[in-house]
Amino acid sequence: MSVTAPYRSEQRAGRDGFAQLLRAEWTKFRTVRGWVIGTLVAVLLIVLLGVFTGSGSQCSIADVTPQNPNPPIQACPPPPVGPGGEWVSDSSYFVHQPLDGNGSVTVRVTSLTGLYSTHGAMAPGPNPTAGMTPGVQPWSKAGIIIKASTAQGSAYAAMMVTGSHGVRMQWNFTHDVAGLAGKVSAASPRWLRLTRSGGSVSGYDSADGTHWTHVGTATLAGLPSVTQAGLFAASPDYSVTTTSLGGGSGTGGPSLATSAFDHVSRQGTWPAGRWTGDAMSGARLGSAEQFRETDGRFTVSGSGDIAPVVGGSDVGVGQTIERTLAGTFAALIAVVVIGVMFITAEYRRGMIRTTLTASPRRGRVLAAKALVISAVAFLAGLIAVAITIPVGEHLLRENGNPIFPVSVLTMARIVAGTAALLAVAAVLALAVGTLLRRSAGAVTAVIAGIVLPYLLAIIPGVLPTGAEEWLVRLTPAAAFAIQQSTPRYAQVTAAYTPSNGYFPLSPWAGFGVLCAWAALALILAVVLLRRRDA
Amino acid sequence: MSTVRAGDALMNAVHAEWTKLRTLPGTGWLLLAVIALTAAVSAIAANAVTCPAAGCRLDPAKVSLTGVDLGQAIVAIVAVTAVAGEYSTGMIRLTLAATPRRWRVLAAKAATVGTATLAAGAVAVLASVLAGAVLLPRHGIGPAHGYLALSLGSGPVLRAAAGSVLYLALIALLSLGVAAAVRDSAVAIGVVLALLYLFPIITSAVGSQTWQRHLDQISPMTAGLYIQATTNLRALPLTPWQGLGVLAAWATAAMLAGGLLLRFRDA
Repeated sequence: MSVTAPYRSEQRAGRDGFAQLLRAEWTKFRTVRGWVIGTLVAVLLIVLLGVFTGSGSQCSIADVTPQNPNPPIQACPPPPVGPGGEWVSDSSYFVHQPLDGNGSVTVRVTSLTGLYSTHGAMAPGPNPTAGMTPGVQPWSKAGIIIKASTAQGSAYAAMMVTGSHGVRMQWNFTHDVAGLAGKVSAASPRWLRLTRSGGSVSGYDSADGTHWTHVGTATLAGLPSVTQAGLFAASPDYSVTTTSLGGGSGTGGPSLATSAFDHVSRQGTWPAGRWTGDAMSGARLGSAEQFRETDGRFTVSGSGDIAPVVGGSDVGVGQTIERTLAGTFAALIAVVVIGVMFITAEYRRGMIRTTLTASPRRGRVLAAKALVISAVAFLAGLIAVAITIPVGEHLLRENGNPIFPVSVLTMARIVAGTAALLAVAAVLALAVGTLLRRSAGAVTAVIAGIVLPYLLAIIPGVLPTGAEEWLVRLTPAAAFAIQQSTPRYAQVTAAYTPSNGYFPLSPWAGFGVLCAWAALALILAVVLLRRRDA
Repeated sequence: MSTVRAGDALMNAVHAEWTKLRTLPGTGWLLLAVIALTAAVSAIAANAVTCPAAGCRLDPAKVSLTGVDLGQAIVAIVAVTAVAGEYSTGMIRLTLAATPRRWRVLAAKAATVGTATLAAGAVAVLASVLAGAVLLPRHGIGPAHGYLALSLGSGPVLRAAAGSVLYLALIALLSLGVAAAVRDSAVAIGVVLALLYLFPIITSAVGSQTWQRHLDQISPMTAGLYIQATTNLRALPLTPWQGLGVLAAWATAAMLAGGLLLRFRDA
C-alpha cells in the first residue's frame, strides 16, 4: 500500500508583510493610467489657477493733478514695515522731544474724547472736522510713548488709555498688554509712566499717582541711545460693513481722538527742552490734528492708528500670498475623485475579492491604501505649491500688488499644510468610498463636505457672519485655515471673516478638524470592511 | 414585420428609461434626499439669519433658497448614475442593442431624469419657500420690516421659485451630458461639481473687479442662481433670466458633447 504525500509547492512561501502590501497598492495606483493622469491634472490645476489669479489682480495708482492730467501709472505702494517685519500703520499726532539715554516720563490723563466721520474722507478746509459725529472709537488711544525715531515703523513702547479697552501697554505694533480697566475721566484719571533702561522700556499705571503697578516690560532690539519720547493721540478709522448680495459695502471714515494731559514730569537727559508736534505720516484731518500747551496742561488731538495692518478684500491694501492657491480647491476635487476610485474601482471590477484573499487582514489593506494615496497626494501638492507660490508672487508683484510679508515658518506651514490638506482629504475620500462603495455618492459627500461649506462661508450675503464661522469651524472646510498667512490682532478692529481670509480656528486646529473627520471615517471604514462581505 | 413610427419609438425608449430609473432602489432615496437636504439647508439658513434693527440688505428669496446649493449636488448624482451606472454594470450594451439610435437613448434619459428632477425640485423649492416664509419674519426679515413677502403670488418670488426648479432640471441635463462624455460616475460627478463650485472660489481669489464680473457671467452656478435674486437686481452683471440662460448654454454644450461622443464611440 503506497502512501501519497500531499502536494507541497516547491516555491518558497511569499512574504505578506506590510511592505509587500504597500508595494501591491502602489502597483495598483501607478498602473491605472487615469489615476496618474488625474494626479498630474491636480498639479496642473493648482499651478494654472495660481497663474490665473496672479494675472487677474491688478493694483495701480495714478496721481492725477490739474497740472499733470495723465500721470504715469505706478504700482501700489506697500505700507511701512514694523520691527517684526510685518506691515504696520504708524500714524498719530506725536508731541515729542529727544531723550538721551535712560530716563522716564510720567503723565496724568484726564480725558479721552473723539469725533468720527460716517461719510468718508473729510474735505480740506478751515474746519476739517465739520459734520463729524462726537464719539470715541473702541481702540482710540492716547498716552505716552518712547520711540526709536520719528521714522515710520520704528521700534516703540507706549502706555495709553483707550476708548473702551482700559489702560494698555503696547510695543512694536504687535504686542498688547492690559493695565487698569475702565474709562478715563476727570473723576477717575489715569497715571501713566514709561521708564527706559538700556534696551528695555517698562510701563506702569496708577489711579492716584502714588500706588504704581508694573504693566509690562518691552525689550526693543536696536533702540538707539537718543530716542524720541512724549505724548501721542491716535484714532483708527470708523467703519461699518454691511454685507449684501453682490459684496460687502463699507461706510465710515477717519476719526479723531483728543486727550487732556497734566502733571507731565520727566527724568533723565532731555537736551531740547521744548516739545515739537508732528502728525506722523501726514495729517488727514488737517489743522484738527494738533496740540496745545497751557501752564503744563496739554491737549493732544490725533488721527490714525499705531498698529499692525490687517488683511482682507475690504481693506484694499495688498494681497495675501494664499490668494494664489485658489487652485487647491480644483486639486482637492481631483484628489477626492482619485481617492474614492482607489477603493470603489476594486468593488466595481471585483478586484476587492482578490485583494482580500491575498491579504485577509482587511484593516491592513485599508491602511496600505491610505498610506499610498496620501503619499501621492502629499507629494503632488508639495510640488504644485512649491511651483505656484513663487510664480504667483512674481505675477502679483508684476501687476503692482504689494504682498503681505510672510515669515519663513509661516511660508513652510502654508506649503506643507496645503500638501497635507490634500493628503488627508484623499484619506477621507478613501474612507468614505469604502463606507458607501458607490463612486458618485462618495465623491459628492466628500466634496459637498469640504468645498460647499467654504463656498457658503466666503460668498457674501448668503449667510450671516456667525453662521459662516460655524461652517468653517465644524466642517472639514476648517482645514483651509492652514493657508491663512495674516494673523488676527485683538488690538485692531476689522472684519475677521472667512471671505476676508480669516478663519475662526488657528491654522493647525483647523487642520485638526479635517484630520478628525478623516480618522472617524477611516475607523468606521475599517469596522465595516471587516464586518461586511466583499 | 411591423415598423415602429419615430414618435412611438421615442416613447418606448422613454418608457424603458423610466422603468430603469424607477426600479433602481437608489433613485427614490436620492430624490427624497434632494427634497430633504434642500429644505433642511434652506430652513437652517433662514433660521441663522440675524438682522440688526438698522436693516441688512439680505435677499429673502435667496436666503430661503440656499438649500439649492446642496440639492443640486444630489440631483447631479441621480443624473450621473443614470448614465455612468449603465457603463459600470455593462447594461449600456443591452440598452444600445435595444435602441440603436443613440441620440434617442440620451433624449429619453433627459426626459425621464429631467421630469423626475422637476418633480422633486418643485417639492424641495416649495418646502424651502414655505420654511423661509415662516422663519424669516421671526428674524427681522419680513413684510413687517419692509421686505418682500415670500408668497408665490408675488412675481419676483414666483420667478425665483420656478426658476430654481428649472435650475435643478438644467443641472440634471448638464450632469447627464458630462456623464455620457466621461462614462465614469466618480469622474463625471467630480467634473460637474468642479464646474459648479470652482467658479465662485476662483472669482473670490481674483483681485480685478472686471475679471470678477466676467467670471460671474460665465459661471454656471453663480449666473444660474441669479434667477433667485429679488433685490438689488441692477447690481447683477446679468438679468435673472440671462443668468439661467448661461446655465442652459452649459447644459446644452454638455448634452451635445455627451451625445456626439455616445454616437461616435464604441460603448
